[in-house]
Amino acid sequence: MTGAEPPGPRPGEVEAAVASELPGLRLVWLTVPAGVVSSPPTVVARLRALSDRDRGSTVVAMRTRPIPRAYRTCYRQIGLDPDVERIPAEAAATARLLHGRLRSVDLIADACLIALVETGVPVWALDAAAVDAVGPGLGIAQAPADAPAPVAPGSLVVADVRRVHAALFGAPLARSAPGPSTSAVALYAIGVAGVPEIHLHEALWLACEMLGAAEDG
Amino acid sequence: MGAELLTAAGTGSRLTRPGPAAEAAARRTLRTQIASLEAELAEAFVTAFEMRLDRAGDVAAAAVPGPRLLDLGELEQVRDELAGRLRELRLRISAGAELQARKRELLAQMQLEPGRHRFTRISCRELGEPGCGVWQVRPRLGPVGMLMGWWQVTLSSGCPLAVGRRRHAAPSRP
Repeated sequence: MTGAEPPGPRPGEVEAAVASELPGLRLVWLTVPAGVVSSPPTVVARLRALSDRDRGSTVVAMRTRPIPRAYRTCYRQIGLDPDVERIPAEAAATARLLHGRLRSVDLIADACLIALVETGVPVWALDAAAVDAVGPGLGIAQAPADAPAPVAPGSLVVADVRRVHAALFGAPLARSAPGPSTSAVALYAIGVAGVPEIHLHEALWLACEMLGAAEDG
Repeated sequence: MGAELLTAAGTGSRLTRPGPAAEAAARRTLRTQIASLEAELAEAFVTAFEMRLDRAGDVAAAAVPGPRLLDLGELEQVRDELAGRLRELRLRISAGAELQARKRELLAQMQLEPGRHRFTRISCRELGEPGCGVWQVRPRLGPVGMLMGWWQVTLSSGCPLAVGRRRHAAPSRP
């Protein structure tokens, strides 16, 4: 990677009510320079190699492995049904079965996908310009007084002091998602009870490595 | 703690509404139960899949309002629904295992005395085995075997071709 190494993953703030009810739920994030561009051949090749890793039966058995199981359990505990709204790792695996391969979208999306498939930990990217310096954290959405709510009030969300960026385990809202003018992204991984911290860090570093591979290439 | 006292009408008995700490403890217990049920459900799901049971993954798709902190009643509802799903899946596994055991017994009898089970068919799926093969009692040498009472158990060669036979067939004569 060119230039200085980015600072390491930092924990995001978790609202007290959320922390007391769901002790293992947490967010780790870091900022890295990246733009919305096509993936270089090395990243596409990595996606292709990952496409051949799992078969249908391993996808079915995925829910018995510790990391996916931990996310499925968390989904149940926050009112989501993982058989209806799949956890990110299962969603990626199912999409791979349906399409026959992991499809390349752009460099940032591909980096997040590779980190997810490799570790089972979901990683999302926000436009760093839309994120407050304190960084994203986890909280409960409030009903805004003067504007329509981007997510239902009372929902668990990824947010900072300025705005809500995404529903928990959901894709970033359009206003926070990386776009053509993005020059840096805030990558964040969501951890739940039963997922060791090292997995979150590994997922973020992997995504960084993929983004760095583009810079090097 | 500010616990509210409720008096049951007519009985005179006093019911104490649990305080916030007790409710939080109850929610923790329910979350632990949900985690345990989810693990058991995952194991049962994989077992059902390996047994080739139909509709192993069927779920009633309910509207999901979004991720939120669930209250005591909602957690109880999730726990009860999971317990119901697990019970139903285990019943299906149990019934499937019984049926497969009967089919295996029948296959053993077919192999011992094919003449008593003429044209009986059992698919590999019915036995809980992979593949599309079918065990069948057929006459050896066709009509000759039928007349002579020569019966045998055969296993068909497996899944049909994805593209069908016609594509590979020789071109028809003009």
